[in-house]
Amino acid sequence: MRLCIQAWTFPAIFDSAFISSAAFDRAAKPVLFVLLSLPLGWLAFAILGELNAPGSRLGADPAVEVVRFLGEWSIRLLLLTLSVSSVRRIARFPKVLQLRRMIGLFAFSYVVCHFTAYLGFLAGFDLVLIEEDLVERTYITVGFTGLLLLIPLAVTSTNGWRRRLGTTWRKLHRAIYLIVPLGLVHLLWLTKDQYGEVVLYSLIFVVLMLERVVNRRKAR
Amino acid sequence: MLIRQKPDIPSYEITSESHYLNRRSFVAGAAAGVALLGAGQALGSIGYAGVELGGEVTPESIVTSHNNFYEFGTGKSDPSEHAHQLTTSPWKVKVSGAAAKTGDFDYEDIIKGFTPEERIYRFRCVEAWSMVVPWLGIPLKDILAWFEPTSKAKYVEFTTLYRPREMPGQRSYFSSIDWPYVEGLRLDEAYHPLSIMAVGVYGKALPNQNGAPWRLIVPWKYGFKSIKSIVKIRFTEREPKNSWQVIAPREYGFFANVNPAVSHPRWSQASERRLPSTLFNENRMPTLPFNGYAEQVASLYSGMDLSRHF
Repeated sequence: MRLCIQAWTFPAIFDSAFISSAAFDRAAKPVLFVLLSLPLGWLAFAILGELNAPGSRLGADPAVEVVRFLGEWSIRLLLLTLSVSSVRRIARFPKVLQLRRMIGLFAFSYVVCHFTAYLGFLAGFDLVLIEEDLVERTYITVGFTGLLLLIPLAVTSTNGWRRRLGTTWRKLHRAIYLIVPLGLVHLLWLTKDQYGEVVLYSLIFVVLMLERVVNRRKAR
Repeated sequence: MLIRQKPDIPSYEITSESHYLNRRSFVAGAAAGVALLGAGQALGSIGYAGVELGGEVTPESIVTSHNNFYEFGTGKSDPSEHAHQLTTSPWKVKVSGAAAKTGDFDYEDIIKGFTPEERIYRFRCVEAWSMVVPWLGIPLKDILAWFEPTSKAKYVEFTTLYRPREMPGQRSYFSSIDWPYVEGLRLDEAYHPLSIMAVGVYGKALPNQNGAPWRLIVPWKYGFKSIKSIVKIRFTEREPKNSWQVIAPREYGFFANVNPAVSHPRWSQASERRLPSTLFNENRMPTLPFNGYAEQVASLYSGMDLSRHF
């Protein structure tokens, strides 16, 4: 994560001739795809290990661990998605915008996996328990709302939908400014103690929002 | 430390020796990579008062590596990774309040007159996971009575060690806990025969991550009541403020009796995952009132509205 932030925030990295080359265009997306798949890959590896020797990689309470892991990466990738336009402006790196859809779709995938892991591993598809959780546990209600709001964004992420929706597309996708705080509140409310992580993620969100405000002022 | 077993422990508190030995081979089997739950089930059931449970004793490796001990971090493996920094010898215990014998005591001097006995208890965390743990403990009543509490003593308050140098969780800037950790019991709860001060687990001295050198075990209450690494005991007339109640009074009360009927804003308390749980066999089972010890302890709370006094 730290490396990602450094890479994003060092404008010099993006000034090289490589960036403008056709090789970059060819390599960027596959490389990004592999990078963003790494956490899922690790998890798949851990789950396979779990099949052979329970408790080997995910501890004595693996369901919680899987859900937590996926939730953490969901937040990280949502923040990464939000950071793309800021990086484009700060680093004067317009090409990065080509990568935003993939990052956003990966974020969506992690959120879906997170929720599915909760449904299957943690709640055991017990509908009574799931309903009680969704209604009574506010942090789950909030997280679930965020997931629901993400669905239209993922569906309309294709070029076709983007064309069809025109200016509405931009308005629709501003929902991300609500979704990310919902994710952060979800994390805050499930944290019992040691708020360092929530504070860090919230700080990143606030910085990204401030950058947008500053940018708007400049544009006027 | 001499660890002997008293012969006169009621059957609901102890497992027969054959089961205990079986459990040893079960742990060995688990270590060898045998499917955990399959082997566990072969153990058969342990006789508990009035209830028949799955019966397997949680493997030692899990009891000593899956802990909530926020003084060492909030991750379940943080305590087992960091608690080696804790020095538990010498260990001073400050006893104060409504008792005849108060002052500073050496832990060793307090416990040397008592013989720890094995108690196999269910352990239910408020986070909806549970274990079955073979503690070695001294009846809490014996220890508390040794300090000769006066008639003014209605409650007893316990405090965990505060030593940020050795406890990284206490050094954190992002903790909401006002260290040191404090817990308390009503004196009749503390005097109940099921309440023990554990000094060991699995036939050995208590590992640091489990609350060395001694910790409370009150099996009918959520785990956070069973305070670890105790350095202060205070007899009081008024109900002590326990740490979690101070942090989130809407979520945690003073009594914290295991109660499937009282929902918690974070976790359903209707059922629990008995560890070890695997991804494809969660080992979920219904949670019992008073963690299955209702027959022994429900009378302590007769006439109380337990949905209010949670």
